[in-house]
Amino acid sequence: MSRKIIKSKYDLYEEKIETIAEVPSEKEKPLAPNSKLKYVGKDVNRYDGYDKVSGSAIYTIDKVLPNMVFARVMVSPHPHAKIKSIDVSKALKLKGVLHIITNENTSEIPWYYNTSKLFDKHLRYQGDEVACVAAETEKIAEEALSLIKVEYEIMPHVVTAESAMKENAPKIHNNGNFGRPSEYTRGNFDEGIKQADVTIEDTFTTQVEVHNPTEVHCSVVNWDGGKLTVWDSTQSIFSVRDNVAQSLGLNASDVRVVKKYMGGGFGSKLEAGKYTVMAALLAKKIGRPVKAAMNRREMNLSVGNRPDSNQTITIGTKKDGTFTAMSHIAYGVMGAYPSGSSSYWPLRSIYKCPNIKIDNKSIYINAGRARPFRAPGHVQGTFALESIIDDLALKLGMDPIELRLKNYTEVDQDGDVPYTSKLLKEAYEKGAEEIGWKNRNKIPGSQTGEIKTGIGMASQIWWGGGAPPSYATLKLNSDGSAKIFSGTQDIGTGTYTFMQQIAADVLEIPIDKVNVDLGDTGTMPYSGGSGGSMTAPSVSPAVYDAAIQMKQKLISNAAAILEVDESNLIYSSGNISSKNDSSKSIEIKDVVGKIHERVLVTTGARNENPNGYAINSFGAQFAKVEVDTMTGIVRVKKIVAAHDIGRVLNRKTLENQFYGGVIMGLGYALMENRVIDDYTGKVLTTNLHDYKMPTMQDMPDIKVIIVSEEDNLISPTGVKGIGEPAMIPTPGAIANAVFNAIGVRIKSLPITPDKILEALNSKS
Amino acid sequence: MKIKFTLNKKKVTAEVESTERLIDLLRNKFQLMGTKEGCSIGECGACTILMDGKAVNSCLVLAEQIEGAEIITIEGIADGEQLHPIQENFIKAGAIQCGFCTPGMVVSSYELLNENPEPNEEEIKEAIAGNLCRCTGYKQIIDAVKISAEQLRDSK
Repeated sequence: MSRKIIKSKYDLYEEKIETIAEVPSEKEKPLAPNSKLKYVGKDVNRYDGYDKVSGSAIYTIDKVLPNMVFARVMVSPHPHAKIKSIDVSKALKLKGVLHIITNENTSEIPWYYNTSKLFDKHLRYQGDEVACVAAETEKIAEEALSLIKVEYEIMPHVVTAESAMKENAPKIHNNGNFGRPSEYTRGNFDEGIKQADVTIEDTFTTQVEVHNPTEVHCSVVNWDGGKLTVWDSTQSIFSVRDNVAQSLGLNASDVRVVKKYMGGGFGSKLEAGKYTVMAALLAKKIGRPVKAAMNRREMNLSVGNRPDSNQTITIGTKKDGTFTAMSHIAYGVMGAYPSGSSSYWPLRSIYKCPNIKIDNKSIYINAGRARPFRAPGHVQGTFALESIIDDLALKLGMDPIELRLKNYTEVDQDGDVPYTSKLLKEAYEKGAEEIGWKNRNKIPGSQTGEIKTGIGMASQIWWGGGAPPSYATLKLNSDGSAKIFSGTQDIGTGTYTFMQQIAADVLEIPIDKVNVDLGDTGTMPYSGGSGGSMTAPSVSPAVYDAAIQMKQKLISNAAAILEVDESNLIYSSGNISSKNDSSKSIEIKDVVGKIHERVLVTTGARNENPNGYAINSFGAQFAKVEVDTMTGIVRVKKIVAAHDIGRVLNRKTLENQFYGGVIMGLGYALMENRVIDDYTGKVLTTNLHDYKMPTMQDMPDIKVIIVSEEDNLISPTGVKGIGEPAMIPTPGAIANAVFNAIGVRIKSLPITPDKILEALNSKS
Repeated sequence: MKIKFTLNKKKVTAEVESTERLIDLLRNKFQLMGTKEGCSIGECGACTILMDGKAVNSCLVLAEQIEGAEIITIEGIADGEQLHPIQENFIKAGAIQCGFCTPGMVVSSYELLNENPEPNEEEIKEAIAGNLCRCTGYKQIIDAVKISAEQLRDSK
């Protein structure tokens, strides 16, 4: 199959990403519809199921190498300070301590886009790294940390956006506390507002949410001469490879990053950690493998969070509900180092509106740096947007869904191009029917009695169409079994399994004859990081392409073996036979067995995205809640998730993602909250007792409805990603359901009992 | 001090320190890596094991407390490579994502079904509420326990 080289372009927020990629030159015939396939789309069991239920799955935290030692990082106890001096002499004397690195004995390695260093004397948050100890055991390393004497110059701190924006606020960076702003204009907002019959404006706030994956961030490193192997708990092996190589001045090919199993990431594990580079420096010095792992406390301080937001939204409409203008003026905290906190994208993209004004500011504070977190910006932005749209519907006397349909768009509002597919109307319809939309309170809060029920909904838009470059190699073994290798990674979402399903369906061989190895930069072809709901839509066409090529190779080989022209051969159920002469037939394994070198290999590539189309996923979630007006407690009874996500690859892993996204959204809506004490600048929620996450008892009834079949304009597998869409609309839907129940709008997440009671009091 | 106990049905001895946690004994000395450490303070349940039939967080138990006890870890739930029905049903029900919490979930489910072979949904939720999962959303875990309860009752 012929190939071409392209510059692959796609947008991620304001970032225009461009990469050179090899792609199939021609559009491939798409994978058959799920109804005609044996494995794809079915609820096939997970490929990695046995390893995970038996306890045999080895995660990075479990990795043990001969002669391995342990590293622990000492972090700043202060939100803002300068290191005046460090004395490690006492710690070095502790039996079992092997080496300690600090700013005094380590070369300057730039970090956070050159705004800081691996060891910076200027400590900008509680959790900023001060020193790293290697010792024979983790316990000794931990004890050594307490023996390091550091003299700090305590500096004034600032831990809220409001105080950090003040003119006389303590400066976190030399150029102040403001990061790169996000500004955008479409049409003319002021003109649009003049045309409006009705305007609405309100301010919504959301909290900081911490990823808290179950496996802590950790790495195991080992040097073989000048070559470094890193086992890492990561969502992006190639990013870690490049980050580590750059930090240590190595060639990327001299760094090998391996990840087989990892315990969750949600966006917090997309780059190399300081701990990884520190472990490599220590391992080099000591000449032994090093394991560096964070603890749960550090997880809550240092390795990422969803930034908070303060969003003021204005919408102008005609009497019939047609939007004439929208604006989104917001700010949020990105922590102590460059990141982003904007939340405007849903407002900019989901509804038809000619006049848009956006101004989002990202603010530095003395706290851990924000990181991408399952639909960055979209979760908080959708909560605010979908809340105010419900308020507007009430003001206009319209049904909330009717108002959304009034402003429905069939073309992308930025590029004025059609979507490859958009089945949001169908999602509204099916979701509304399943939740019993017509039974919601026509007058919000009108129920009598202590327990009030309510129904609400919210819509979502996300990208998740995937892009090249992404490659997968397929090898056929002499016993007729196949093996797939790809430098993508399965972060629990089911990558191993769908790759197995696609190859088995294309080659028409039993699924247990297909094995998959992922997550090794040293031996596998490139694929991108597992984030942004990009993995399945990027990797599935690559494995499909590899299998299609393999099928062709098998036919060509069979033609030579059987001495039959290729055009007269039929490929069916792992058997190749002559159309005309049934005695001329050969099984795949016999083809492979007869080939001299006894190996057949193909490498498949993700196709180029179509020109002139926007690729987005769409969906709507509906919530039914019960609010106890005496205690203020909200119980979510049911969530319906109705989505357009292209083809379903595996019903079981799809439901995994949706249930997980819903419960994570529920946690964000009702309980999760990083709390920093303003006076001391210290985080009060550093463990899983104080930082509340949903447990099994919070789980509502969840129904997942997929309204799409396959979107063959995107790729031959027709897949859109589902990780982020599953979470985006949940908090907005819950907030709207709470409003429908009690008739008072809660404008601030999380919706905790105190806020409900206060709102009810102010109403009466 | 030296302690004797039963580990996954085998009698074993170990030299332990007075401050050593059971999770460290299992993971470091016996290399039983299926028992995971998620939070170190008994909040997440990833390190759940059975101690004399009771599900406990092994990060909250000192090694010397298990003198004479019968300990079963996730590695002791299956019969060799033959998975226990609960484990098989976790796979069938799709109750797994990243899998890090799964061993603890399986052990808690095992204890529940030993103590209460016919749990209703509320009892399942209560019994396993101490095991946090950040990926799956729990629904399929409940399904797995329900199917297992039926299957184990039928096989008796």
